[in-house]
Amino acid sequence: MKPAPFEYARPADLDQACAMLAAGDEARVIAGGQSLVPLMAMRLARPKRLIDIARISDLAFVRREYDGIAIGATTRQCVLERDASIGAVLPLLAKVMPFVGHAATRSRGTIGGSLANADPAAEISLVAVTLGATLVYRQGEASAEIAASGFFLSPMMTALPPTACLTAARFPFWRDARIGVGFREVSARRCDFAFASAAAQIALDEEGLCRRVVLGIGAVTPCPLRLDAVATALEGRRAEETVVRESVRAALADIEPLSDLHASADYRRRAATSVAVRAVVDAYRSAESAHAG
Amino acid sequence: MLIEAPRAPMRVELTVNGEARAVEIEPRTSLLDCLREHLLLTGAHAGCEHGMCGACTVLVDGAPTRSCLMFAVQADGYAITTIEGLAPGPGELSPIQDAFCETHGMQCGYCTPAMILTAHALLADNPAPTRAQIVDAISANFCRCTGYAQIVEAIALAAERMRGLNQPVREP
Repeated sequence: MKPAPFEYARPADLDQACAMLAAGDEARVIAGGQSLVPLMAMRLARPKRLIDIARISDLAFVRREYDGIAIGATTRQCVLERDASIGAVLPLLAKVMPFVGHAATRSRGTIGGSLANADPAAEISLVAVTLGATLVYRQGEASAEIAASGFFLSPMMTALPPTACLTAARFPFWRDARIGVGFREVSARRCDFAFASAAAQIALDEEGLCRRVVLGIGAVTPCPLRLDAVATALEGRRAEETVVRESVRAALADIEPLSDLHASADYRRRAATSVAVRAVVDAYRSAESAHAG
Repeated sequence: MLIEAPRAPMRVELTVNGEARAVEIEPRTSLLDCLREHLLLTGAHAGCEHGMCGACTVLVDGAPTRSCLMFAVQADGYAITTIEGLAPGPGELSPIQDAFCETHGMQCGYCTPAMILTAHALLADNPAPTRAQIVDAISANFCRCTGYAQIVEAIALAAERMRGLNQPVREP
């Protein structure tokens, strides 16, 4: 369990980091290292050079923008977990933070690291896909962005170019008065990798009917999956459990779940159905109890 | 066969248990191996070495951290606390260490330093944790002997005692 040899560099700022990445050399970015280092220990990753961006202070921030919230890539998970303002503007992200790894990995792990390493069970990736976040990166001197829906390609693979550095994730902010969120996951142990997870956010109108619904599942397919058909089926209605279950079942009928030693494809499909239904019902109930106006 | 030459060592200045320590190490050396092999602080234990078991937990700026998932070259400038740094003096034990002895919060002892450091961080943050909070705090540390019951008991006992410290003594 020792990583292959590599060189280590700690650039002073993002420009320098991007210049180093542009030079190639099979370099990889490291920040918290909580996803990358296990892969290196198992030699599933063998970067020749690590470029440590953890101390670039420009990359650690939570910023309110006109239509959303931008979170800097090296913002540590424990910081987000403790930031009370996140609960007010991104309740779904706040809801999942305690489930991300565990306290001893959230102390070093960053939001960007979780996104860029693309573990299929990662809760932050699930929230990014479910809410329709935008990921911002720098490559050389150019900035670019990519929708979370197109970012995750397969386990541990993203559309981020190998010489690019993820700099921020931009989450949309819902202005609706009555919002509720739900998150459920099944795992073997507290805070272990999930076998199936689901996140939902619902906004209600004045009559208590669903105005907007988003639902996503994680750990079931190679990348987090948004179930837009369920959202469409619920809009303008109450999220009664029987209605939700029917539409979730239909949405999951055609997926090809992951299968491994711990959880078969069939099990994952069943577990995903259960957690998705519960997440939606939780979100609906919490929206119902939210103060209107 | 892929055998790669080691990379040139780098000089790293670490603050371990309040002391400045300088080491020359290869970049791929984990903080865990640096503590154990270079600084001879063998209280941090190597278990799985990929972040699952928690045996290597140390405190980095007071927060429990996997020392197997951090390279020593990343650690300069942080305050690192290992189990060797908890006792107030030679031959003494911290209140948490005492409580682990009294409640038999260990059997083989492999997970113990990490459990105690995790408990130390918990109680620094929350002097009166509920049982559920204690269980949650140590959920990332595997113990294959005790069944956890006495460990939870030890942390609750230490919390109770530490809350009693620095309280004015009531005259009868």
